[in-house]
Amino acid sequence: MNTVLTFPVLGPALPEIILAAGALVLVLFGAFRGERSTEAMNGIALVLLALAFVAVLMLPSERVETMSGSFVVDSFAKFMKALTLIASASSVILSMDYMRREGIARFEYPILIVLSTIGMLMVISANDLIALYLGLELLSLSSYVIAAFDRDNVRSTEAGLKYFVLGALSSGMLLYGASLVYGFTGTISFPTIAASLHGSVSSGLIFGLVFLAAGIAFKISAVPFHMWTPDVYEGSPTPVTAFFAAAPKMAGMAMATRVFVYAFPGILDQWQQIIVFISIASMALGSFAAIGQRNIKRLMAYSSIGNVGYALIGLAAGTPEGIQGVAIYMAIYLAMTLGTFAVILGMRRGNVMFEKIDDLSGIARTHPMLAFCLAMMMFSLAGIPPLAGFFAKFAVFNAAIKANLVTLAVIGVVTSVVGAYYYLRIVKVMYFDEPGERYDAMPAGVKLVLALSSVFVVLYVLVPAPLNAAAAAAARSLF
Amino acid sequence: MLGFGILSGLLVLPLVGAAFILTLRGDSEAARTNARWIALVTTIVTFLLSLVAWSRFDASSSAFQLVESHAWLTDTIRFKLGVDGFSMPFILLTTFLMPFCIVASWRSIEHRVKEYFVAFLVLEMTMIGVFAALDLVLFYLFFEAGLIPMFLIIGIWGGKRRIYASFKFFLYTLLGSVLMLLAIMAMYWNAGTTDIPTLLKFKFAANLQIWLWLAFFASFAVKMPMWPVHTWLPDAHVEAPTAGSVILAAILLKMGGYGFIRVSLPMFPDASIYFAPLVYSLSVVAIIYTSLVAMVQEDMKKLIAYSSVAHMGFVTMGLFSMNPQGIQGAMFQMVSHGLVSGALFLCVGVVYDRLHTREISAYGGLVERMPLYAVAFMIFTMANVGLPGTSGFIGEFLTLIGAFRANSWVAFFAASGVILSAAYALWLYRRVVYGPLTKPSLQTMTDLNGRELLTLVPLVLLVIYYGVQPGPILDTFAAPTNALMQGYQAALETVKTAAVAAH
Repeated sequence: MNTVLTFPVLGPALPEIILAAGALVLVLFGAFRGERSTEAMNGIALVLLALAFVAVLMLPSERVETMSGSFVVDSFAKFMKALTLIASASSVILSMDYMRREGIARFEYPILIVLSTIGMLMVISANDLIALYLGLELLSLSSYVIAAFDRDNVRSTEAGLKYFVLGALSSGMLLYGASLVYGFTGTISFPTIAASLHGSVSSGLIFGLVFLAAGIAFKISAVPFHMWTPDVYEGSPTPVTAFFAAAPKMAGMAMATRVFVYAFPGILDQWQQIIVFISIASMALGSFAAIGQRNIKRLMAYSSIGNVGYALIGLAAGTPEGIQGVAIYMAIYLAMTLGTFAVILGMRRGNVMFEKIDDLSGIARTHPMLAFCLAMMMFSLAGIPPLAGFFAKFAVFNAAIKANLVTLAVIGVVTSVVGAYYYLRIVKVMYFDEPGERYDAMPAGVKLVLALSSVFVVLYVLVPAPLNAAAAAAARSLF
Repeated sequence: MLGFGILSGLLVLPLVGAAFILTLRGDSEAARTNARWIALVTTIVTFLLSLVAWSRFDASSSAFQLVESHAWLTDTIRFKLGVDGFSMPFILLTTFLMPFCIVASWRSIEHRVKEYFVAFLVLEMTMIGVFAALDLVLFYLFFEAGLIPMFLIIGIWGGKRRIYASFKFFLYTLLGSVLMLLAIMAMYWNAGTTDIPTLLKFKFAANLQIWLWLAFFASFAVKMPMWPVHTWLPDAHVEAPTAGSVILAAILLKMGGYGFIRVSLPMFPDASIYFAPLVYSLSVVAIIYTSLVAMVQEDMKKLIAYSSVAHMGFVTMGLFSMNPQGIQGAMFQMVSHGLVSGALFLCVGVVYDRLHTREISAYGGLVERMPLYAVAFMIFTMANVGLPGTSGFIGEFLTLIGAFRANSWVAFFAASGVILSAAYALWLYRRVVYGPLTKPSLQTMTDLNGRELLTLVPLVLLVIYYGVQPGPILDTFAAPTNALMQGYQAALETVKTAAVAAH
């Protein structure tokens, strides 16, 4: 044995390293300074995320593998990492005022967000099953804790516990699936798996693939593994819900794309059926189950289930256009989600947060700008042009039509009409109903997030080409 | 200016006006008046600009003119605008009617005035966009975007059942349109582009045409609206404020017909021939059945709404008769119906503003208090019936000739609809305007004021002018109709050869 231990090239992992080192500094800082440090720690966390964002942008565009091939950076990873970091940073900004006013501003929160973000970036760059699992666990464990962050609140702790129990189950399934895949292909590396699979494959591998799909579907809250979503979204503190709706979804869709398109391209026919089923079920449940909701956080949970269904249409196509569609969809979904949650966080009078849909009654009169922004988010989520949400749906449906998944596309557009009903209902409550009392002025950070996402959603129609091109480059790098 | 042409200007102008209104602060009477004036000036300037566009338009050519193309979504999905003889009249109709809508809303809208005019200006932009778009994705974008302001207009400023009506309007039209979106995508992957001039030359496979035609039909038939998917229209019309009804009847309904002539007929000729009997049947049912339904209505707006459905039946019948008379007649009927139905809704608005009811039974004998109103209402009623000398006659007559050439039975049944339309329209007029003036609430009714005269007189003049001088509009339609017919002859030939070969 004369293997030489070489130190791996760390350049491609720079964003993760920045965040990991920063998280350790934050832990020490928090431990020494105690609760007084929370404000400063939020600031440092934001700086770290911004630095990581810059580092992501500076990564090379061509594919680079490192750490013995466990870690890969390509345009797709860059694109999804950038989205994830935007999502994490926005959730930190959204949380600052809320946590302080609810009396739960503790220094652990920014640390957990940063740790969870490292997990997401790892998942996005994972090039083998072990790296994938490691990243996923880091992401999940941090998420369980922040779900229960309002630890004196029964609903919040319940949300954390529920998330943990079900999450652990799904991690187990994913791990079982990974072991089956390893057993039947003899490798954990995605490119090697891809190279070894052609034509007919053993049913054991298919079993492994199904279990992998189940674990992934849980993370992106796709039907039939969505059960936790409404309860966790409703129970968690609102900025945490915003975080769950935004950042892990980016990582989850990136993971799904990486695993299916990158590791199993040879057996598209087999996994396409799974994705098509999950997609249809998610779109249908997301549309129909949301109709009866009264709580806006719960509504957004169903909305996110539906949106994952639409994004999965692109994945089901399994073509470069499809993956481009996924990338565009997630970028636009991110803006819509952050904008919507910014408005939800603005619904506060004194120490009381309001989260019923009826609490939005008539805010077009009392808060015209707020109502306008939320209305644009809702029309956009419903996929009405000229708002950004239309282009997201256009991208994935276009890919589905090209891949001849016409039935899937037709079911998709029909459910989107059903979904339009409940988005319209929010617009109706805001614009047609009689106003109630005014809400407090929005905190500056929340306002900023809302303004940026609204500008993106409304004006995307004018310059859609840059995002299109970036998403196309991201998609090409996987093929 | 950066290569942007006059059509972009038409799209941007209303938005500039809307932006100005948004900068107004507060909700004082002064701010409201300013909002009204800004909206009026904006729509008038837009109309003048559209006249400039018209003056640069050469009606003798069937080519697209005033074309401008900018990079947009991808290399092949571009922001492309242009007009031909089919679209130019509709742009003029839109910009022409908008100032009337603003004036008609001058006093009848008292709350949330700024938002109202902003919604109207945005709506104007989307309507112009539909007629000016030369890219199918762009066409769809404007086609759907108009739903947002219209939804708000019905829902905020509408009548008692406004919420039901606004949801029904929105979801109905959306459901129809999304299938069209999928068809546009299928065309994109087949032809490699969504550029309308290129697609007009592209020949789609016959079996694909069937599916594409059906998908577009789902959208246009709802928008038109054709029986049996017309049920959103009476609700939307009844609940919408007066100006909303005017726009709905005069412009939004025309998008369906415009879609047929822009996409379905020229791009899917084989499928259009194949489905023509279906369209004939639906048209005839619409003409006869909705005329009968109109007869028993007790609400004036609802009656006019059903009469719109019947008149749109003539349009679809004429379009699918696939001969020059039918097509030009259908196009003329759309323009004429835009003027007449818009004017009829304005007439209803006049009495609604005074009495706040649209029940026919609440009126009677208005001629004694409102002679001017009686005259205007009569002219529009006659135009609605299709009396010779009014613009309504030209369209109905030409579509009937076209239908007769294609299928005499269709023409026979449709002609009976003309009689029915005379029945319900004259009966409405009798019940509202004639008879003894006995109801106490009507004793204090005042005749048309200056503002109302300003909105109705130009429409009266135009309806009569186009009734005796239809030439200018028909000439505009002539060149693109001829181009369309050439495409048809080719398609018909192939069908015949196929039939002969099969024997």
